[in-house]
Amino acid sequence: MAYMPIAMLWGTLAAAKGFSPLEALLMSGLLYAGASQFVAIEMWVDPLPILLMIFTIFTIFIVNVRHVLYAASISRHINGIERRWHPFLMYILTDESWALLERKALTQPLTLGYYLGIALPLWPTWFICSAIGAFIGRKLPDPALIGLDFAFAAMFIAILAGLWKGPRTGVVVITSAVVAFAAKTYVSGAWYIVLGGIAGVVVATLLHNEEGE
Amino acid sequence: MTVHLTTLLAIIGMGLATYASRISGLLLMRGVVVKGRLKAALDAVPPAVLMAVITPTVFMSGKAEAMAGVATAAAAFFRLPLLATILAGVASVVVFRMVVN
Repeated sequence: MAYMPIAMLWGTLAAAKGFSPLEALLMSGLLYAGASQFVAIEMWVDPLPILLMIFTIFTIFIVNVRHVLYAASISRHINGIERRWHPFLMYILTDESWALLERKALTQPLTLGYYLGIALPLWPTWFICSAIGAFIGRKLPDPALIGLDFAFAAMFIAILAGLWKGPRTGVVVITSAVVAFAAKTYVSGAWYIVLGGIAGVVVATLLHNEEGE
Repeated sequence: MTVHLTTLLAIIGMGLATYASRISGLLLMRGVVVKGRLKAALDAVPPAVLMAVITPTVFMSGKAEAMAGVATAAAAFFRLPLLATILAGVASVVVFRMVVN
């Protein structure tokens, strides 16, 4: 859905940095990580010095480190799915598919068919549209004009509402927002996601302790 | 349609980095029994991370985005279907941007 314009936009930026459509296709297919890819393209120079390459690799790992939390959380809901699928299931996990899967997991354990149905179609959509963007190469219309830049936030708000379990969720969410706000202001990079997330989790743990089970 | 060696190496390196972040959570949890405090912590991961992800977009972009965020939350709490909620959010941000900015 909102993947298409974003992938195409990324493709055009990659082309501007000298990526061929095939290279854009490879990168989107292998990394399959939107935020990391935008950061990588931002940092990219041609030719790429080896030190900068290592620094770029480290940076995009940090940008993507929220996936450690995603995988830890989703791992509880995929026990019914054969183990040999798990490495691939983690590979195709994204912010959006993870959020949708967590929503489903509230009511029932995840099945292989449901998981693949949610997560798999997004993968080719992402890398094919990236290549198309790199092929077109010129600047596409700004997604902000039709509010598409807000689509992800709107979807996450909707899923947040579905995860609501009372005042304790409110405390977790407010803590996360305050810490993310501060981290975004004072720390460069994408640390705000992990710091906000961890702050919310810590508060949830403390609240749990107070009640003594 | 060319692939340069340096680019290819960088892409492979970055691919390994993103995959490492994806698989490590799964490996960390292997064999761990989830209950009590750990369960409370993991249950808090989805709302905490989602909130952190959207904080810059919703609260740090401007008045229009913050107002659209409130409108979207209202739509979501009135139990509108997912797609309708997203459309409400996208439409409201367009409107608020015209009115406020």
